[in-house]
Amino acid sequence: MNLPENELHAYVDDRLDGERRRAVEAQLAQAPEDAARAAAYREQNAALHALFDAVLDEPVPTRLRQIETSRRTAWFAVATGSLAVGVVVGWFAHALLADRPQAPATLARQAAVAHAVYAPEVRHPVEVGADQHEHLVNWLSKRLGAKLKAPVLAAEGFELVGGRLLSGEQGAVAHFMYQDAKGKRLTLYVSRIAGKQRDTAFRFSQEEKIAVFYWIDGPLGYALSGELPKFDLLEIATAVYKQLNP
Amino acid sequence: MNPEQLAIHIPRLRRYARALAGDQSAADDLVQDTLERALNKRHLWRPGSDLRAWLFAIMHNVFVNQLRGRQAHPEEALDDDALPAVAPSDGARLEITDLQSALAVLPPEQRAVVLLVGLEQLSYAEASRALGIPIGTVMSRLFRGRERLRILTTGAQAAPTLKVVK
Repeated sequence: MNLPENELHAYVDDRLDGERRRAVEAQLAQAPEDAARAAAYREQNAALHALFDAVLDEPVPTRLRQIETSRRTAWFAVATGSLAVGVVVGWFAHALLADRPQAPATLARQAAVAHAVYAPEVRHPVEVGADQHEHLVNWLSKRLGAKLKAPVLAAEGFELVGGRLLSGEQGAVAHFMYQDAKGKRLTLYVSRIAGKQRDTAFRFSQEEKIAVFYWIDGPLGYALSGELPKFDLLEIATAVYKQLNP
Repeated sequence: MNPEQLAIHIPRLRRYARALAGDQSAADDLVQDTLERALNKRHLWRPGSDLRAWLFAIMHNVFVNQLRGRQAHPEEALDDDALPAVAPSDGARLEITDLQSALAVLPPEQRAVVLLVGLEQLSYAEASRALGIPIGTVMSRLFRGRERLRILTTGAQAAPTLKVVK
């Protein structure tokens, strides 16, 4: 009688008690093909461990460690369902108390919260409209103490709506808003970065429906947020980066 | 659940993700998305239940969503790396000598089960919960996946139903 397939695999995975294991071994002794398969499957398990167990001993990358430390804040438990204004206020209050340098993961979170708050705003999405482009950029540059630029994203289908000043962990934050023909909005969050930070590559974070690409470039952290597929947003983030670093 | 509890599981999540996704950066993206989602949904976790199995379940959902996302972007197709492993000429024997390349050729749903059971040593019941599929489906995917790996890596005689992926 053929060995049932599930018994063979249970044997391979060492999930049989002594009696059943001996029964399977007795049957395998009579069935060379099954025995060869069982041996091959056991080798697969061993090879998987040989290939991948080394990962267990690798140091955990910072970006994964940051997730577990940067969220140790009360606001997050509340913010899970909806990102409400009250939560933002609570979170900024928390930010004032935190004295560690701004972690990039925090940048993404701040940007997503700001996006969630301002992007749906119909009547007052911005403080200064794109019709006063020069004034907007000069004003925000002055407040951040850095020369800013509002990237042109017409090629990507987005027009500048305008911008506003926000308060963030490191003081003033510039918040530029863009909109496409269908009314879909993107926001670019620009904040000073405390301490000595090296320029970073793009990083990605998904905050509920909001996708965020963020990076550090010189003294400034940038985060581009939108309810867009990751790859679409990456293209736009790339365009933003290229315009800021011609 | 607190961040420290999550942190304990990161190495094993990374191991599974590496085996599932192939390269390190894609795997760590998967882990990052999983951890963030776990924290987002932590009110859904029942204290006392198996956190690791719950995390695997989240990772599975993230992975499936990523696959769907990639299907919408054909240039990012998951199996791009796997396809060249198949000899293009008619009647050519499939030659894949190492397990890692063979894994990449497995359909993702079979790969997930083979890894959860063979590498992560989940029981069928745990794998069933993590993947949201019946135990019978776990078993049939496991059996097919292992047999396919065996054929791919040893050049064993392929059963007529086991066709080379295109």
